[in-house]
Amino acid sequence: MASHAVVVVGAGQAGFDTACALRSRGFRGRITLVGDEPPGPSYRPPLSKGYLAGTVAAEEIALRPPSFYTEQDIELLPGDRVASLDRERRTVLLESGLRLPYDNLVLATGSRPRSLPVPGASLTGVLSLRGLADAEDLRLRLSGPPRRLVVVGAGFIGLEVAATARGLGHDVTVVEAQPRALARALTPTVSDRIVAEHRERGVRVLLGREVTALFGDAEGRVQVMELDGGERIAADLVVVGVGVLPNVELALAADLLVGDGVVVDAQLRTSDPYVFALGDCARFPSPHAGRHVRIESVQNASDQAKCVAAAVCGEPYAYTAVPWFWSEQYALRLQIAGLTAPHDETVTVGDPAEGRFSVFCFRGGRLTGVESVNRPADHGIARRLLTAGTDLSPGTVREPGFDLKRLPRTPTASPSRTTTQERLSVHA
Amino acid sequence: MAKITYKHPNGTVTIVDVQAPNTVMRGAKLNNVDGIEAQCGGSAQCGTCHVYVDEANTLPLPEMDSVEDDVLYGTACERTEFSRLSCQLPVGDEIDGLLVHLPEAQS
Repeated sequence: MASHAVVVVGAGQAGFDTACALRSRGFRGRITLVGDEPPGPSYRPPLSKGYLAGTVAAEEIALRPPSFYTEQDIELLPGDRVASLDRERRTVLLESGLRLPYDNLVLATGSRPRSLPVPGASLTGVLSLRGLADAEDLRLRLSGPPRRLVVVGAGFIGLEVAATARGLGHDVTVVEAQPRALARALTPTVSDRIVAEHRERGVRVLLGREVTALFGDAEGRVQVMELDGGERIAADLVVVGVGVLPNVELALAADLLVGDGVVVDAQLRTSDPYVFALGDCARFPSPHAGRHVRIESVQNASDQAKCVAAAVCGEPYAYTAVPWFWSEQYALRLQIAGLTAPHDETVTVGDPAEGRFSVFCFRGGRLTGVESVNRPADHGIARRLLTAGTDLSPGTVREPGFDLKRLPRTPTASPSRTTTQERLSVHA
Repeated sequence: MAKITYKHPNGTVTIVDVQAPNTVMRGAKLNNVDGIEAQCGGSAQCGTCHVYVDEANTLPLPEMDSVEDDVLYGTACERTEFSRLSCQLPVGDEIDGLLVHLPEAQS
């Protein structure tokens, strides 16, 4: 193992956590972390919230201080990119000209924002938010006097940016093509509540509307957005949040199996046993979904990193972590445990009008996930139940006075390898 | 500046110096103390920075608010009367010498 070399491509949460998890497991070989985003690995969730609002400083979002990489003997190459991958010789060639041999390669290449496929999308003032540089740019533009901001896409990024910008006093409009916000991610009960909150705070939310074109002034700065039907909205700034695309180019060029993400097995190995993929760019078999999925979240990146590190160290296990996700908009603390879609039955506990409620989602009478608004105990307990595989029927949740806090606690010690394997085969 | 001691379930201890304004969670992350995950980065969302404050502790710690209390229902290891979210424990001179015990698992 001493001469073993691991090259991690991508220094986002997934790549960074893989390097850390390898060292935590006692891996003593060479670890090289190649990232194209200077200065180094940073924590992304604040980029649309505290960092954008100016309440969280850049030092606070660095995942570790620079000394960490020396201490842990992790070779960080920020600002470099992989130009090509030679799977036969097990080497990667970087754009800087550096050639790195590997025993295991880890693709943590992440994803990039989709652009808006309309005329004018490349005007100055039309932005998307992904990394630190984007956030810095947007923060600067939002730090001055009130501006007219139009957010395209009522997904998590778009709505978080809208909430933050509104909090800073800007005039905000959100345009969403789907008939409701967060349509793919959330039940109508929760997404309606979130939209209501935005409207109460003075954000104009337009649902079921398509952007058809953007027009600029003589200097090429965005000025006007045109919607279907011809309506025009004045805009000083446009933030596009219409989803992401997995970065699979390197995997494709190297003839790895790809299909909306780099396809991996339960241990997160690609079609090449020496190459792993994880995080936003990977499409993996999920026992919770019963199919291959790609998940864009910190939890997924972190938990998959542990799984990849274990496999590299020769102690593989199947990835079965319960997905969870969170968002903060104004005073709404939104948390999702499990994969709520698809479901065929929901039970709401608490009062959406009061802004404190949870929606329990079931498929075939089994709990698939829980969406919570300002009910963090429901979220945490639901994650424990889903991890332990505890059954909770819709009838139980419907009983008057039902309260997850009153359920007897079931132990959720981390699953042993045997039970993990058993659970996987049940779902296979 | 405060010295914080993290005691691992296997009995080993890590002692680090943490500057204000940080938290007991951030002190662990900055010093690469294993056993604190903090997947949400310190927003009291995930419960993966759970610690047990030493039973004999007399140092002044802030009262737990309702969000922290709620999040502690979801920890992977059993919650006790000594459970706290380390992201909700700010570091300052007054907690110099704090000892916290790390749970067996965070997620």
